[in-house]
Amino acid sequence: MASEVEPRLSGATPLIRCVGLQKWYGAIQALKNVDLDVGYGEIIGLVGDNGAGKSTLIKILSGVHPQDEGTIEVEGRMVDITGPRFAMQLGIETIYQYTAMVPEMSIAQNFFIGREPLLWGRRGFGIVDRTRMRQEALDGLRGIELHLRGPDVPVKSLSGGQRQGVAIARAMHFRSKVLILDEPTNHLSVKETHKVLDHVVELKHQGVTSVFISHNLHHVHPISDRIVIMARGEKIADVARGDTSVEEMTRLIS
Amino acid sequence: MNLNLRLLLTRTDIAALLIFVILCVLFSFINGRFMTPGNITVYLQPIPELAIVAMGVTILIISGEFDLSVGSVFALAPMVTVLLMTGGNVPMPLAIAAGLLVAATVGFVNAWFTLGLKIPSFIATLGMLFMARSLTIVLAGGFPPVFPRGAPVDWLTGRVEIWGIAPRISVLVMFAISLVLGVVLRRRDFGHWIYATGGHPQAARDMGINTTRVKTAAFVLCSTLAGFAGIIQSFRLKVIVPNLGTGLELQAIAAAVIGGVALSGGIGSVGGAIVGVLLLALIENILILSGLNANWFLFAIGAMIVMAVVLNTQIRHRAEGSRGHQ
Repeated sequence: MASEVEPRLSGATPLIRCVGLQKWYGAIQALKNVDLDVGYGEIIGLVGDNGAGKSTLIKILSGVHPQDEGTIEVEGRMVDITGPRFAMQLGIETIYQYTAMVPEMSIAQNFFIGREPLLWGRRGFGIVDRTRMRQEALDGLRGIELHLRGPDVPVKSLSGGQRQGVAIARAMHFRSKVLILDEPTNHLSVKETHKVLDHVVELKHQGVTSVFISHNLHHVHPISDRIVIMARGEKIADVARGDTSVEEMTRLIS
Repeated sequence: MNLNLRLLLTRTDIAALLIFVILCVLFSFINGRFMTPGNITVYLQPIPELAIVAMGVTILIISGEFDLSVGSVFALAPMVTVLLMTGGNVPMPLAIAAGLLVAATVGFVNAWFTLGLKIPSFIATLGMLFMARSLTIVLAGGFPPVFPRGAPVDWLTGRVEIWGIAPRISVLVMFAISLVLGVVLRRRDFGHWIYATGGHPQAARDMGINTTRVKTAAFVLCSTLAGFAGIIQSFRLKVIVPNLGTGLELQAIAAAVIGGVALSGGIGSVGGAIVGVLLLALIENILILSGLNANWFLFAIGAMIVMAVVLNTQIRHRAEGSRGHQ
């Protein structure tokens, strides 16, 4: 638990408030008492070297691992994020570096993996509504101006950037409140990286909050409102973009 | 070429079906006895049993796991059923239910070994292959029970006559099962999860699918179907011996692979499994009718497995290659 309760900055409740998060992997402490507030409609750049604890932090938020200590509030409600499904129900969608797509399955199928719209029956025992899946996937892709051959194309035939586009469209379709992007640009070309960054900025205009994880400061700095720097499992800086420069951040990280 | 047609032609199960049809047409010209009701009746005889096993194996492989114990379960389930019928005077429906329950339990234990104890399913079910076979022999107690004479088995293995061909009712049962499983795989959300779980386990988990539950269901289904197929064979032959279905696991996997299932998971179809079985049996039938040395049968199976996998891999590589390198 946090040794000291920070005063609330304003009267408003943040979208997500993490207090005193701790996580151990065996004897290694991956997170040391991390506090983080995520506000509405902002882009947070989460940076740090490998092993700094960024991935651990977002894995807790996306429900992959539970924290060992500390609390998380979403919109003022204390929550226990027990799994990816629950995180998604809370409106927290994660965009993974590897895109979380099944290559052999179609765009429409990937769009709805695990949450297929049903014609009949209940979840796990239902008949999927294929027409709706194709239509809504198509609408979703149009919504972020991604023009692909159609919703029936297998994801394996898409480029890395296109896949990330589909992943972002998918997150948007399910009306996420917070988009966590875990190094989404790692395997992408310069052009495709810019496309993904543009998507994030565009989503901000639609009121969606993003937490953008990267070890590339040059990607994060131009689009972020706030930059959080982690090192050795601790949060070492949390600054508005205007108050810092890429050079200064580089010095902090290394 | 139209995109859908091109996608269709790159599917191994469709390719296998084409080969099957071509072989049928060719051989009906070469050998006059091939397309006769008598030969077709003989040809169809063992198909439902192997096909039902192959369908279960296919679904399990799609989900990303293996089952080598199906051949042993194929003997264990009917052994339990027949023992209850003869020794315990248990009514047949109850005895069959008990046999299926034992098969399902074996599947559940396989799932627990693999997912709970985190042993590769290849090894876990290899162990089960021996354990279930041993149980069957122990249950038989040295003297295989005599199949009850006059037991009403016609509802399952009696003959139906269509155009002079007299297949067993079990052929219809096989089609019914394939229809149900096909709908589950293609139209139900759970079917999507099976493909997702085998195609990319990490993605499936991160998208909130309980992959452990999906795989457990596939293990139980596979084992239950194997037990049911064993009951059909035992009822057809009116015999129960402890070595029923020895080596069946490899035939089932062969049929599944020839029918287009990818051992890496995430690819395959129920129809493919049936086509794989039809093709295997067809080759055997052709060899016998031709008066060739039927011992070439195993060679033909081997060659077809390799061909199917090469075809599958080539297709995958081509698809990867067509991806934009941006």
